[in-house]
Amino acid sequence: MSAIVEARGLVREYRMGDEIVPALRGVSLTVDPGEYVAIVGPSGCGKSTLLNLLGVIDRPTSGELSIAGERVDRLSDGRATEFRLRRIGFVFQRFYLMPALTARENVELPLAEAGMAGTERRDRALELLDYVGLRRRERHRPSQLSGGEQQRVAIARALANRPALLLADEPTGELDARTGAEMIGLFQRLNTDGTTIVVVTHDEGLARAAERVVHMRDGEIVG
Amino acid sequence: MIATLAFASLLRHRARTALAILGVAVSAAMLLDMVMLSSGMRESFRSLLLSQGFQLRLSPKGTLPFDTEATIRSADSIVAIIRARPAVAAVSPVLGGQLHFPLAASMVNATALGVEPSVQGDYELVEGRNPSAPEELVANDALLRALGRAVGDTIHAASGYDPQLRSLSGQRVLRIVGRVRFIYLALDQRAAALPIGTLRAMNGPQSEGRASLAMVRLRPGADVERERAALQRSLRTVTVISTSEALKQVDERLSYFRQLAVILGAVSLTVGFLLVTTLVTVSVNERIGEISVMRAIGVHRWRVVAQILVESTMIMLVAAPAGLALGLVTARWLNSILARFPGLPERIDFFLFQPSAAWTALGLLALSGILAGVYPSWRGASLPIATTLRQEAVG
Repeated sequence: MSAIVEARGLVREYRMGDEIVPALRGVSLTVDPGEYVAIVGPSGCGKSTLLNLLGVIDRPTSGELSIAGERVDRLSDGRATEFRLRRIGFVFQRFYLMPALTARENVELPLAEAGMAGTERRDRALELLDYVGLRRRERHRPSQLSGGEQQRVAIARALANRPALLLADEPTGELDARTGAEMIGLFQRLNTDGTTIVVVTHDEGLARAAERVVHMRDGEIVG
Repeated sequence: MIATLAFASLLRHRARTALAILGVAVSAAMLLDMVMLSSGMRESFRSLLLSQGFQLRLSPKGTLPFDTEATIRSADSIVAIIRARPAVAAVSPVLGGQLHFPLAASMVNATALGVEPSVQGDYELVEGRNPSAPEELVANDALLRALGRAVGDTIHAASGYDPQLRSLSGQRVLRIVGRVRFIYLALDQRAAALPIGTLRAMNGPQSEGRASLAMVRLRPGADVERERAALQRSLRTVTVISTSEALKQVDERLSYFRQLAVILGAVSLTVGFLLVTTLVTVSVNERIGEISVMRAIGVHRWRVVAQILVESTMIMLVAAPAGLALGLVTARWLNSILARFPGLPERIDFFLFQPSAAWTALGLLALSGILAGVYPSWRGASLPIATTLRQEAVG
């Protein structure tokens, strides 16, 4: 079975005035289907940069990156957007739900973008909210939900188009310990159900729950 | 989903959106007024000139009707020549002049129009009847008020008055047989109309056979411009103008008005445009995190653009009806002020409402709403996703 993520020699540099600052210095990483990988390391080590490259919301300065068998390191904006829509699920530390939309509408957003018809979209959104235990909160807006509930809606949104890869950036960073533990359980359940997950975290509990932990320091994988 | 998100974004800051809509409504009202002003007077003149069905006007060579005190010589023979043409349905000669009415302690002066009552097109009868005998006249309300007379009364009138000698000439005792509204005269202008022969006789030999103007009504289907050209060729002592020619003259004289209206309309539109651009730009700046997340989860760039354009257009389209209603109210108010301008015909409207004016204003507002969203939508759609999310996370 071919890998979901195949990264070879990824370099990402930022220009800060006249200076070029390397954020990734030749990272290579392979993630197999169904794997649950946690990327850990000190702040500024490049883990979020790596996650952004894996999520195709940023481009490497050099190196090769394939996700689900497709080269993504030089995609045009339109194709990268389409790729994210169909193949990637994103979960952010700050949830980033659309405040004007209800929980169900937030989950429907990527489905609508993918062109799914109204009734089918609604059913799929409700199915996902059911999966994360929030079916009864479908009409609530983000401001009416707790942090843990918002993060679960964000996970449902990320799963909407059945992505090949679920990426999470510090998903427990804004949650209290008890809610964070619930979230760890949810990620484990997702993985058990077949979802390939790459998570960036400082949370030791979340990292421990992963099958594999990748350590980063100064833009490189060190273990 | 785009409309839902756009609508929800506008509702998020209701007071701010309401104030912006109010501001745009005011500028829309101004825009409508200026669109109405730019075409209103012209259309108003047009309907005024055509109101009695006369398509051609003859005035002394080189002048416009009633532009000078010059008169047409041998007007009666000219009228007879015109009446003999097969395309002509009616000819109405008009002689302009003055009437003086000596009262016990004062003198009332008025504009006099000598007409052929059976074919005249200068007034509408409100009460009574047309003059049918030489010693009869009709007068408007302003004159009747000044004279303290009513229909059925007789009045002493003169066509000439020498203020130094305090002597009157061309005196007659006339009977008031009708109360009328003059079409081409100002509302408060005292005026009377009497048979053209009577006015000529009162004026003396210098008015014999003369007229200030002749109006020509053509038969249905007649080619107005062809008839005008034919009359002009055969009548060398007069200028023949058609309604469209007259409108061209009006257009030239009103060009400053139109330029002013266009400039003020453009300013109004620009103010509305900048207001919406500012509001939507501020709104986009507040939502760059949300927009970046939308982009990150796979929402296409064009959809972000569309959402922001819908927001700006929604503001314009909600404000437009309110603005158009406000524009109609202010137009009526401004019209009532401008109608008091001395010498203007009572029926001239500066702000004439035409559906095309409303559609023009609405179209301009919708277009400016779309354009107002271009900058903020470009800004929203071109945000670097990863950098913006990192900055938002730090912020």
